[in-house]
Amino acid sequence: MAELTYGKAIGRAIAEEMRRDPDVFVMGENVGTTGNIFKVLEGLLAEFGEERVRDTPLAEEIIINAAVGSAMAGLRPVAEIMYVDFTTFGLDALLNQASKSWFNSAGRVNCPMVLRCPQGAGPGRGSHHTNSLEAWFAHVPGLKVVLPATPADAKGLMVSAIRDDNPVVFLEHKQLYFTKGEVPDGEYSIPLGKADVKRAGKDLTIVCYSITVHTALKAAELLRKEGIEAEVLDLRCLMPLDREAVLASVAKTRRAMVLYEAPVHYGAGGEIVTLIQQELFRDLRAPVRRIGGLHTHIAYAPNLCAAAVPTVEQVAAAARDLVGYKRKA
Amino acid sequence: MEDAKLLRQYEVMLRERYFVLEQCTQNAKGKIHGYLHCYTGEEAIAAGICADLTPKDTVFSTHRAEGHLVSMGARFDRMMAESFGRVDGYGKGLGGVMHMSVPEIGLVHSNGVVGGGIGLAVGAALAHRYRKDGRVAVAFFGDGASSHGVLYEGMNLASVWKLPVIFVLENNGFAISSPASKMISVADVARRADGFSLPGITVDGNDLVAVYEAASAAIRRARTGEGPTFLECKTYRTRGHNEGDPQWYYRTREEVKDWEQNRDPVKRCKALLISKGLLTEEKDKAMIDAIKKELAEAVAFADASLYPGEEYLEKYVWKEQ
Ligand SMILES: Cc1ncc(C[n+]2csc(CCOP(=O)(O)OP(=O)(O)O)c2C)c(N)n1
Repeated sequence: MAELTYGKAIGRAIAEEMRRDPDVFVMGENVGTTGNIFKVLEGLLAEFGEERVRDTPLAEEIIINAAVGSAMAGLRPVAEIMYVDFTTFGLDALLNQASKSWFNSAGRVNCPMVLRCPQGAGPGRGSHHTNSLEAWFAHVPGLKVVLPATPADAKGLMVSAIRDDNPVVFLEHKQLYFTKGEVPDGEYSIPLGKADVKRAGKDLTIVCYSITVHTALKAAELLRKEGIEAEVLDLRCLMPLDREAVLASVAKTRRAMVLYEAPVHYGAGGEIVTLIQQELFRDLRAPVRRIGGLHTHIAYAPNLCAAAVPTVEQVAAAARDLVGYKRKA
Repeated sequence: MEDAKLLRQYEVMLRERYFVLEQCTQNAKGKIHGYLHCYTGEEAIAAGICADLTPKDTVFSTHRAEGHLVSMGARFDRMMAESFGRVDGYGKGLGGVMHMSVPEIGLVHSNGVVGGGIGLAVGAALAHRYRKDGRVAVAFFGDGASSHGVLYEGMNLASVWKLPVIFVLENNGFAISSPASKMISVADVARRADGFSLPGITVDGNDLVAVYEAASAAIRRARTGEGPTFLECKTYRTRGHNEGDPQWYYRTREEVKDWEQNRDPVKRCKALLISKGLLTEEKDKAMIDAIKKELAEAVAFADASLYPGEEYLEKYVWKEQ
């Protein structure tokens, strides 16, 4: 075991895969000389050289298109868009090309690429650097969507993402880059589509992913002192979605909330709430709750940035509501 | 360039320079939480381009916006308040340091998305042509942004529709750490305008008079219905990409010093004014002192302003009908 930051764990996974497979390469803005602006890829240029660690011009449309095209031609690009906000320039390549190549060719041309981007709220960044777009990507058939919460998960999931034969959108939360955690030594991977119980509990399930896993864990600590045991289920991937894990946990606790930072409406919550109520309606002791960001943009002012996304206190309050809910006799 | 205008735009350059340096001071104190991209070293471009623009024209700025804002006449106090994220700022603390919009002075929009303003300026130019209002749209963007496809789609559309837009490339040689020489396939990006049948002009962006003369001709062309111009201004940013940029892994201190000492646009303009007998050291000092006083008041204004209250969280998602 080694203690690594979330960012460095991702960089290490990519470096290990590059050593193992000569078809894996990296490209994006300021990924080589700078080692990415969050230092995720530091050291890669020195080890692998400019052919495999490519600083691109500032042009997201061609970065994504070139990643898709090189993957269709057999390479395994790990492309970076500096912030998820700027994937918009290359959405045709992702949505119409990458996601559909296997389908349109009836199983002849696949697209084994990874698109890495930081996303999520943060004070002082303003609305052009704080979008959370996971639900957009998860809505597109053919794209896999990964959102790790811890360094160990980030590393293991990145290895699987690179080895996956489909296009994978790998969304890193920018507030997590410098958080630390134990990461197993040596080669290991975590399969895409396997959720993880980050904390076991019997009274309710908090279904979450990315940064909200940490919000949920903190809320669970508060609740423990009040005698409420929350189970924290980290989805880790929105697509594929680990339906079995969600249902197993909620079948046990019989109360659930879905927690995410993106605007709550039309987000991942609707999908998961539907799954739970469809399969477990008779078991539920309370309606399933959805806690997410407000339906607004992330402001520059730090107080409004904090107020736009779910807080520990808000999660704890929702948990108390769930536990105290009385059904009609 | 007439003497009076030269002197006036020199003062604009001083205002740009000292406003940004004051932001740096405030940033070092922790009062600006955002990315602060300094315009230092590039002031002649905004001062030259904006000299003949009016508040009815439509300027689209970048993440490095303060020079453009100051040159169009934005107030120090409201800009400083916005940089602090306060409710008396131009964007009430919602937009922040990268997103100041001051439409009443002609600065429609500044942008966190690199290249994000280019196509919008083409659209604004379409509105001007449509209404035949004689106004001009201006897109500022960097060498990094010049690799974006929308610039080429925009040049083509502006050319075939004869739109009154000026594409102003501020070529400061870097996109964060990436040197333009390794990212761009031509030495002068303005040559690419040839392919779209619009005039492509390259000027020394640290020479106020050169920028002004080129801009003034482009603005005249646009106002009289002759269509777009591409104007490349070669310059150099003498501070890091943003404050806190550990820049010495991609360029040397000597290179920066050379630009500061030998090619600084403010110093060059001052020398020109003195040689023409239009400025003295005393007059220069008096101008700078007045600017510093205004800046101290701006900081006090920003300090006294509050963060926006929670009633602003969702207030401006939609315009009420
Ligand atoms: C579309 C987009 N891609 C990437 C970024 C991140 N970024 C901010 S500034 C910058 C470099 C911009 O270079 P250039 O256009 O030359 O302008 P300069 O900063 O040199 O003024 C980058 C990559 C962004 N804000 N928007």
